[in-house]
Amino acid sequence: MKPVDWFTQVLEVAAALAAAPLFQGWVNQCRAWLQNRRAPPLLQTYRGLRKLFHKDAVIALHASPLFRAAPYVVFSAMLAAAAIIPSMGTRLPFSAAADAIALVGLFATARVFLSLAAMDIGTPFGTLGARREMMVGFLAEPALLMVVFVTALISATTSLPVMSERMATQSLALSPSLAFTAVAFTMVLLAENGRIPIDNPATHLELTMIHEAMLLEYSARHLALMEWSAALKLFNYACIGFALFIPWGPAMGGAGPFALSAAIPALALKLAAAGGALALIETLSAKLRVFRAPEFLATAFLFAVLGLLVHLLLGA
Amino acid sequence: MAATPFVLQLLNALAALLLLLSFAMLAQRRVVTLVNLFAMQGALLCAATLLLAWRTGEGNLYVSAALTFAVKVVALPRLLHRLIRRLGVYWDTEPLLNIPGTMLIGVLIVVFSFGLAQPISALASTATRSAVGIAVAVILLAFLTMITRRKAMSQVVGFLSMENGLFFGAMSATYGMPMIVELGVALDVLVAMLVLGVFFFQIREQFDSLDLEKLEERGGER
Repeated sequence: MKPVDWFTQVLEVAAALAAAPLFQGWVNQCRAWLQNRRAPPLLQTYRGLRKLFHKDAVIALHASPLFRAAPYVVFSAMLAAAAIIPSMGTRLPFSAAADAIALVGLFATARVFLSLAAMDIGTPFGTLGARREMMVGFLAEPALLMVVFVTALISATTSLPVMSERMATQSLALSPSLAFTAVAFTMVLLAENGRIPIDNPATHLELTMIHEAMLLEYSARHLALMEWSAALKLFNYACIGFALFIPWGPAMGGAGPFALSAAIPALALKLAAAGGALALIETLSAKLRVFRAPEFLATAFLFAVLGLLVHLLLGA
Repeated sequence: MAATPFVLQLLNALAALLLLLSFAMLAQRRVVTLVNLFAMQGALLCAATLLLAWRTGEGNLYVSAALTFAVKVVALPRLLHRLIRRLGVYWDTEPLLNIPGTMLIGVLIVVFSFGLAQPISALASTATRSAVGIAVAVILLAFLTMITRRKAMSQVVGFLSMENGLFFGAMSATYGMPMIVELGVALDVLVAMLVLGVFFFQIREQFDSLDLEKLEERGGER
């Protein structure tokens, strides 16, 4: 491992930490524009976080230590995930620790802790949100794993950075299997991050919310950490999508600092485009009833499986 | 993968889309959308035939592409839409199985038909032989569509989609059936559609509904 690799690693995690709220703010802004509303400033998410960090935390009387620990666990899981995903360079010292399947496991860990913490206080809304979250999670996870399997099959490895490298270097071809998988991944992204067909991030209407319902009992720095990790999760998912389906841009292999400096604007450009696309999807679609969520996620799973089958049969 | 020429890649992509459309038809509850999906399937089939004709230089295939377009993209969907309007059936009732369950069965069917088509594609010498599995899958999925629906209308669309699969299979295994067979089949489908259209009215008059469960109830003393 050369020093530049370590530098890439540190830079990547720092960039994820710093840019995740910005990305979320950008998505919110695009959404507001598309819906003819006045957009909140781009830095609004940072201001919200700062405000929350300055407040005094209030914790319910019956909260167990798990309730206090959960924000830190969730946040560090997201941070560890950010360290594995090759958003700027593919030669990451940390990526040897975990492959793409372990990455899915990291997300699952965060989800379990989030749900447990939501049920910890015993308020009905927390429990309701946790149950819904687990339902969405258990349906989304097979689809996400299937996406990972298809791309692993195509690139003959499960290590995310190597996958990304092989995807970038293979010759350009029309690939229906990759296209199907990309659709499946997008649907999983929407479901996992509580975006509109499954959950509405802007609502506090009790009967429909999922993610917000789980955070109702949190305040101050705990809430800030939870919101920050939600932003990180969205950022991470976007970066996984880039690594698998739009792999051009990050510094490949042992490229020097110059390639790294080119990777930053490439990432910014991709994030800007992805944020716009996400906002467009969310504006065009209506929120599904909770009981329709299994259909949505079954479709995602179906797309991923079709990708796998088409790859096996047509070799494309 | 670098070796496959672009036209073949395009054909493969069309085959994959055809499979996707079959699944969309399997999941679709609205009859009008079902017919539209069927028309799209026909259009894809037509595009695939044209591409293959251009690649192989077989004159026959141009004719069958034109035939596909005339029958499956223009004539049949229009006929079906008119029937839907006159019969007033816009929705199928809940299918016999829920949608995710049907999808999972569909996936199993695709796996099964890929296995089934393996020997055929091993024997075939055409460039598109790997698409035979997809054609078999389209046929069986259309069959599943017919099985899981209650309304006669959606069952007929399933039947027509099955014919699409057959056509695609013949095309990818042997570059199309002989012209005379193809003409016959196209005519058959059209006539079948006309006869079925008359049937719909008869069924509705007798049973006040297009739900085929009703037909079973009257069928015999049990």
